Amino acid sequence: MTLWLAGFAVLLVKLVLVLAVVMAGAAYLVLVERKLLGRFQLRYGPNRVGPFGLLQPLADGAKMLLKEDLVPAGADKFLFFIIPAVLPMTTLLAFAVVPFGTELTIMGQKVPMVISDLDVGVLFVLALSSVGVYSLALGGWASNSKYSLLGAVRGVGQMISYELPLGLTLVPVVMMAKSMSLVDIVNAQASMPFIVYQPVAFILFFVSALAEIKRTPFDLAEAENELQAGYHMEYSGMRFALFFLGEYVNMIFLGALAAVFFMGGWSGPVLPPIVWMLIKTSIMPILLIWIRATLPRLRPDQLMRLCWVWLAPLALVNILATGAVMLLAG
Amino acid sequence: MDERNGFLKNMVQGTTGLMEPFWVTLKHLFRKPITEQYPEYKRELPPRARGRIVLTRSPDKEERCVACQLCSAACPVSCISMQSAVRQDGRRYAEWFRINFGRCIFCGLCEEACPTLAIQLTPDFEMSEDDPLKLIYEKHQLLVDHGGKDPDYDFYKHAGVAVGREPGTHDNEHPAANPKTNFP
Ligand code: SF4
Ligand code: SF4
Repeated sequence: MTLWLAGFAVLLVKLVLVLAVVMAGAAYLVLVERKLLGRFQLRYGPNRVGPFGLLQPLADGAKMLLKEDLVPAGADKFLFFIIPAVLPMTTLLAFAVVPFGTELTIMGQKVPMVISDLDVGVLFVLALSSVGVYSLALGGWASNSKYSLLGAVRGVGQMISYELPLGLTLVPVVMMAKSMSLVDIVNAQASMPFIVYQPVAFILFFVSALAEIKRTPFDLAEAENELQAGYHMEYSGMRFALFFLGEYVNMIFLGALAAVFFMGGWSGPVLPPIVWMLIKTSIMPILLIWIRATLPRLRPDQLMRLCWVWLAPLALVNILATGAVMLLAG
Repeated sequence: MDERNGFLKNMVQGTTGLMEPFWVTLKHLFRKPITEQYPEYKRELPPRARGRIVLTRSPDKEERCVACQLCSAACPVSCISMQSAVRQDGRRYAEWFRINFGRCIFCGLCEEACPTLAIQLTPDFEMSEDDPLKLIYEKHQLLVDHGGKDPDYDFYKHAGVAVGREPGTHDNEHPAANPKTNFP
């Protein structure tokens, strides 16, 4: 009984820790993005609130809370109210299977550094990312605005298409690790990260992930020039902030996924595992920001062509090639 | 063979075209930002910068404005209003003169329209307020005691009604002709 209670307490502590770190990370990722984008464009970025603008996320939060909460006259009230929670919820849930360190031994008990080591972790992640599509589809639909709807239509087409290459690029990883658990996948990379064996899969994963979280050059769902802000255009105040939070949590999550699937997760020399995990997780968000500062947006037809003509077939070929090599090499 | 070469060439061109901008942005990351940090550093604006509007005075310290309404007519957003009045000596002036800076777009058309150089835009732009009503400037807020951009210009020395002076005594004016001397 006491053991069970202790286990429960440990689980709660892990939950709170992960939640706090991820939320704070998302808040500061916004600041990092604005700062970096500024420097890429020869500006300073926010530097007024606190030293170096470090308190900017707090100021933004206060501002968002105090903003008027507008609801369009023709909106579907119920959907409009609950949809903003979908994206942050699904992405935060997905963090449950991301391992961030080796097992710790506390008072003779082994404590795995992951909230829940699911056997089907990869499937869980992909399923949650599919649920995330609803935030955009229904968010755009519930607003009852033509720009929102256009953004939603584009976004849904894009996200559903890119889920295919995203899932397919993970198949070789699962094949090589012989497990769908994220912990096992990291353990399988103890000697050599998969990015060395699977550079093609990594690039495909990167591009699909970029499209999956709808960031430049694939941010058609919220293309400012044509659709103002696309599917979340009618949202204001804290509801908008939730969409925003979801997007940035998603960036961190994809960084963590890239780290776990291709860069060997927490393993690395000298530094403690958790630091390695943080470093590797931050690679992808920073690359995403760099890309945003550099590339212009694609056209919808180019986007779909890239997915169906290049990424999906390449991912399939990659699976076949991996299988062939594994068969030949025994 | 040709086709294959074209494809390869396209691939190489596409890839370099995709990668070059990354190099450009990366270089920019390590350059010094060109931002001017505004409240700490204030750039010296050119004298003809279009900011807060003033009503200037002629060299004899009289108000230049003769309340002719030309500025008000020229203003594209109709933010100038005034009431004209006539002094004892026949000189016109504005009884009240009002500019709504909440609407003014600082286009400078009023300045161009003014025949007496009374209304002028100045480089000062720091006039934000927390209440839009405070942006409506009355005559005493607009009137300054200098001549602005052309301090020596005096409208009444060149044209206008005779203000306490004989005809022919204005600047650049010929002496008044005596009609009786130029009979044929
Ligand atoms: S400011 Fe100039 S244009 Fe306007 S009423 Fe006075 S004299 Fe006329
Ligand atoms: S600057 Fe333009 S908008 Fe402003 S008062 Fe003069 S004419 Fe009107």
